[in-house]
Amino acid sequence: MRRLLPGWVKWPQLDVPLLAGLLLLMGFGLFVLYSASGGSMDTVYRQGTRMAVGLVALLVLSQVPPHILRIWTPWLFVAGVVLLLATWLFGTGRSTNRWLDLGFIRFQPSEIMKLAVPMMMAWYLHPRRLPPDAASILVLVLILAVPAALIARQPDLGTALLVAVSGCFVLFLSGLQWRVILGLAGLAAAAAPALWYVMHDYQRQRVLTFLDPESDPLGSGWNIIQSKIAVGSGGLLGKGWLNGTQSRLEFIPERHTDFILAVLSEEFGLIGVIFLFAIYLFIAGRGLYIATLARFTYARLLAGSLSLTFFVYVLVNAGMVSGLLPVVGVPLPLVSYGGTSIVTLLAGFGILMSIYGHRNFIR
Amino acid sequence: MSSRQAQIAPVSRLYAFLLLFLLCSVALVARAVNLQIVDTEFLQDQGEARYLREVIVPTRRGNILDRNGEPLAVSTPVDSVWVNPQELLQTPEDIEPLARVLGFEADEIERRLTQRSTREFVWLRRRLRPDVASEIESMGIHGVYLQKEYRRFYPASEVASHLIGFTNIDDVGQEGLELAYNDWLQGKPGLKRVIRDRLGRTVEHVELIRESLPGNDLSLTIDRRLQYLAYRELKRTVLKHGARSGSVVLLDVQSGEVLAMVNQPSYNPNRSNIDSDGLRNRAITDVFEPGSVMKPFAVASALETGRWTPTTPIDTTPGRINISGHTISDHHNYGPIDLTRLITKSSNVAATKVALDLEPEHLWSTYDRFGFGDVTGTGFPGESAGVLRNHRRWRRVEQATLSYGYGISVTALQLATAFAALADDGRLRRPSLVMGATNPPTSVLDPEIARQVAVMLETVTGPEGTGKSARVNNYRISGKTGTSRKASAAGYASRYIASFAGFAPSSVPRLVGVVVINDPSGEQYYGGLVAAPLFSTVMDGALRLLNVPPDDYDGMVANLKQDNARGDP
Repeated sequence: MRRLLPGWVKWPQLDVPLLAGLLLLMGFGLFVLYSASGGSMDTVYRQGTRMAVGLVALLVLSQVPPHILRIWTPWLFVAGVVLLLATWLFGTGRSTNRWLDLGFIRFQPSEIMKLAVPMMMAWYLHPRRLPPDAASILVLVLILAVPAALIARQPDLGTALLVAVSGCFVLFLSGLQWRVILGLAGLAAAAAPALWYVMHDYQRQRVLTFLDPESDPLGSGWNIIQSKIAVGSGGLLGKGWLNGTQSRLEFIPERHTDFILAVLSEEFGLIGVIFLFAIYLFIAGRGLYIATLARFTYARLLAGSLSLTFFVYVLVNAGMVSGLLPVVGVPLPLVSYGGTSIVTLLAGFGILMSIYGHRNFIR
Repeated sequence: MSSRQAQIAPVSRLYAFLLLFLLCSVALVARAVNLQIVDTEFLQDQGEARYLREVIVPTRRGNILDRNGEPLAVSTPVDSVWVNPQELLQTPEDIEPLARVLGFEADEIERRLTQRSTREFVWLRRRLRPDVASEIESMGIHGVYLQKEYRRFYPASEVASHLIGFTNIDDVGQEGLELAYNDWLQGKPGLKRVIRDRLGRTVEHVELIRESLPGNDLSLTIDRRLQYLAYRELKRTVLKHGARSGSVVLLDVQSGEVLAMVNQPSYNPNRSNIDSDGLRNRAITDVFEPGSVMKPFAVASALETGRWTPTTPIDTTPGRINISGHTISDHHNYGPIDLTRLITKSSNVAATKVALDLEPEHLWSTYDRFGFGDVTGTGFPGESAGVLRNHRRWRRVEQATLSYGYGISVTALQLATAFAALADDGRLRRPSLVMGATNPPTSVLDPEIARQVAVMLETVTGPEGTGKSARVNNYRISGKTGTSRKASAAGYASRYIASFAGFAPSSVPRLVGVVVINDPSGEQYYGGLVAAPLFSTVMDGALRLLNVPPDDYDGMVANLKQDNARGDP
């Protein structure tokens, strides 16, 4: 293989444990998806195709050295912001302006920002002294807030928060003093009630429903109650693959997308849930390990932020399905059926692979 | 080197987050343990409550048959269509073709569904024709479902509708025998446990909790042939005389079984719009002042005293009599007659004289024994008892008018029952509508007296009688005409009820018939002219259909031979 290529091409090493973890997760995900979609092979094929596209992105990005990525970062960020503005003007989509139709492809620019925001913040911090001074923090907050606000306006509060979270991780990892962190957290907490006023009615409803699902069991509380019932019905060992009554009978809402964890819990029980968490924890932990291997700020901040954000997805989705968090449209990463998020996530892991493969470079 | 070290973000933060995530994972696993181990039983029950459903298995209602097993009411499986508005409204373009097949306006369906858009079950149309049902099934519209039900069909339609009644849309008896015998006919619907998905579609049958028991068949004493005959002739008579209503009852003398019971106006029980005027089974539910058809019972009462015989003379001159300021009169001045001719000519004056000779209590007792003033006990819903006032409160004129059927009200069935007792040597039987009932007779009149009255009744269809039109070829007929003026708010109006009650063959009575024609509007209103011809036609047909031998079989055969010898066609 190597002989077929010009000699100057260096093949950076892929992180085999991380790749194995991802493949195991995706394989298990497809397995659950088959059941959750009511035995639709069609759905599984489409999901598999997306995974294949994502894996190609992963392989391509793993070959791009981090310092090259760093140079491109501002352009990617600007492009992302422009596309977000474009959705404002030319967006399509059923109820929200999340999608941009370029004729040959339809995608959500907000997905780009999941990568572009931490990359941009890492790019900004890279040449500077750490921890950042007040002026830098202000710039970083702007880098984070502008895209988050644009996404929140779409309205897609879930993604906006996740983008913001990924940016916050960059800030925290930059070695910000704890007193500054606490100060910012205090500010955020003080701003939380203000959030209530910018929320749409359906978003407020979700929060209220989360606080008391039984207040409207057939309406907005339905998702949470049904989901809890499905999870609880699984018991220790589960009802077995394809045997989940709540999901088979369509009592679980969004059963193959946001609530696929409920299907998994019902069919594979507590054992299945622990198995899934083990994989997730392994992947996130491996990502953080890669971050420790990185030798320069941009790579470390980015690797850390991507790994942490990945696990936050898991926590938020699991919290939502088990009724611990309000319903926000966050898919279970790499398992839920859904378009661009899989490609984005795998692209992010491509960056991690690249950081791993180029861990001996110092720039 | 050290400055470069400071340039790199610290690793400690990464470890801090790793620890945080481990804690979060532990929290989530604890949550999973809580849901899946601690609360699992409760949540599993909740889950089952959502998909396990107990469903009623519809059962067939029993058929109603006539005495020969001919169907009078049958249940056939049909499909009803219902929709889940939440589903159908998602594809509004499907409403138009659906509406076309069902014969509705699309707008109307859409309006109905929009009003009920939060519900998951709305009947669209019950009891479809089979071709419509199969067309809807083949359309396969999402949210449109068929449900098997049973539909009641009444082959005899308006001919037996009063007797049989009908059921409502949910197959529960509402009128007539369908109501009276509802529990017997209904059967017990079964119960089964099924798994249903969120949209209410049955996915799997889990178990049968209770077998469904089909309803029992009900055999009536009615003979469908006689019922049709009586109905056809009654309708013709009612139309011919412009009468308001009418009834015919035909009883088997030996058993008390009702062979036919028809009324006008009637209704078609297979239609849903039923006019309340035609709803009543008048022969059982409606009372009327019988008039002269009551005279045989007054005469029987007189004979019971022993002071009277069929030949005891009565002077009716001058054809009227004054009682307490009331004038009672006959059509003609019949002069001196006897008890038999009282019946033959239907003399009110003679009846008055006889009645006034009797103890009030005795006359009352005779009427009472024949069942007047009391329900016959068929169990038919809404049966009337009629009115027979207690003798203690009778005024003198009342005692007189009771003898010729005023001041008393009866039903057609009561009359038929009482005449059957006269025909059967004084043995009264409870009339029955349903096969299998044993009706042990009670003796209400001395057999000898009953026979004497029967002989008198035969003179009514004799050459001098009032009921000549009740005659039937080759059979001897005994009976009595009745013409009563209808009571109205302003006293007795010039409106009438024409009746005829009688039995045949006179030698060995088999059938009793009662004909009541209410308010004939033509020129004729006498029982002998309006009711008696109808009695004749119905009795004629009934006797032949039942193969009842003529009274004088040999004579009839001889006559036929003579006719043949003469070469008559």
